Amino acid sequence: MSLEWIISIVENNWQMFLRGAYYTLLISIISTIIGALIGFFIGIMHTIKVRKKGVKYYSLKIINFILTCYVEFFRGTPMIVQAMVVFFGLDMAFGIDMHFITAGILVVSLNTGAYMAEIVRGGIVSIDKGQYEAASAIGMNHFQIMLNVVLPQVARNVLPATGNQLIMNIKDTAVLNVIGVTELFFQTKSIAGNNFRYFESFFVACVMYFIMTFTASRILLYVERRLDGPDAYQKEQKEAI
Amino acid sequence: MAVIKIEHLSKSFGRNQVLKDVNFQVEKGEVVCLIGSSGSGKSTLLRCINLLEMPSGGQIIYKGENILDEKHNIQEYRTHLGMVFQQFNLFNNHNVLNNCTVGQVKVLKRSKAEAEKIALKYLHIVGMDQYVNAKPRQLSGGQKQRVAIARALSMNPDVMLFDEPTSALDPEMVGEVLKVMRQLADGGNTMLIVTHEMEFAKEVADRVVFMDKGVIVEEGPPSQVLINPQHERTKEFLKRTLK
Repeated sequence: MSLEWIISIVENNWQMFLRGAYYTLLISIISTIIGALIGFFIGIMHTIKVRKKGVKYYSLKIINFILTCYVEFFRGTPMIVQAMVVFFGLDMAFGIDMHFITAGILVVSLNTGAYMAEIVRGGIVSIDKGQYEAASAIGMNHFQIMLNVVLPQVARNVLPATGNQLIMNIKDTAVLNVIGVTELFFQTKSIAGNNFRYFESFFVACVMYFIMTFTASRILLYVERRLDGPDAYQKEQKEAI
Repeated sequence: MAVIKIEHLSKSFGRNQVLKDVNFQVEKGEVVCLIGSSGSGKSTLLRCINLLEMPSGGQIIYKGENILDEKHNIQEYRTHLGMVFQQFNLFNNHNVLNNCTVGQVKVLKRSKAEAEKIALKYLHIVGMDQYVNAKPRQLSGGQKQRVAIARALSMNPDVMLFDEPTSALDPEMVGEVLKVMRQLADGGNTMLIVTHEMEFAKEVADRVVFMDKGVIVEEGPPSQVLINPQHERTKEFLKRTLK
């Protein structure tokens, strides 16, 4: 009977499952944060406007070309292949011997960054021109406008997409088992390899993945609502002065 | 003495020349209303004054200096002009109070406490001091515009520029904004207002400037320009708007 097997698998291996889930969460959360930062950096670089002349313009063009190459490469190749290339390739070519967790975080971050770059660029472009104008009109420079007015709004607007990335990362870290990262899929494979109960073991993993992604999406929804506040405003009862 | 003096100002968007050799000045304490049909260049003139649009030619003299000179600090100059937009343009990520303090703190380098004191003073004047913690999306159009006016005033500008401040408002809310503006005019503020509110212009303006096709056609006290216009084009425009 499967149910008994499931219970016994959980009882005997819960520590391994939890350790796997821990690495899955660790890698996906850190990578989503780093990826979002990469995305913000590229998004900002792509939306800087400078006059079409001089060193500034051409160096920006070159940097943006390199960044675009990066984005296209990481969006256009499977993460499982990237993981192999980064982990084994860097070791063979340059003698860089990375810990597999570091390699895992690197691959997932670069992947997330490639997707977030376009999301952030879209977020910046979609901010109403009036916001820039009003900030310019009170004497802010470009840097101040971005920092105090535009980017906070972009951050709010790209929050749902970032949450989406986090959920995708929680699931996609499973491919890192090919480079030996002991995340949830890897652990489950080991457990199933010992007891030969593949369905029951992976069923447990399945439930655990779902709990993680579902919790993440609920937390993000809550954060979004908190940030937005209520639609109507209660007047201050006492005089403010 | 003129606060801002404009000499031979021109502005083109591509081949389309929107302003042609405009000469014009605003005296201290004066309330000037710019009127004219859509596309006459009045909003462009206002936006050229605080350099949201870069003029194609001419001079803008502020405190005896041409601010179009390369060496002039545009950001510093802009702090002396308060701008109120048709679409309010409150910072969506800040609450009412921060909308009025962020510029003071970041640009004028005032302390947070001082900035808040000044902001509250102006929010009180526009009647929005009970909404300090509200976000812009929680406010009505008229309330947003009043906060926008307080935000501009908080920078203690020499001149207030209004770009059709009531054009995006419901008829009901126009009154509350005009009331605030009337109060400011009575308080001796220097104001340059682009408006379609002829009655308001008649009451409040010291001088009315009528623009058409990028040039100033006629200017003078409202009793002259609005009631007894000399120019054919002005008569035609007023006949159509006042009916």
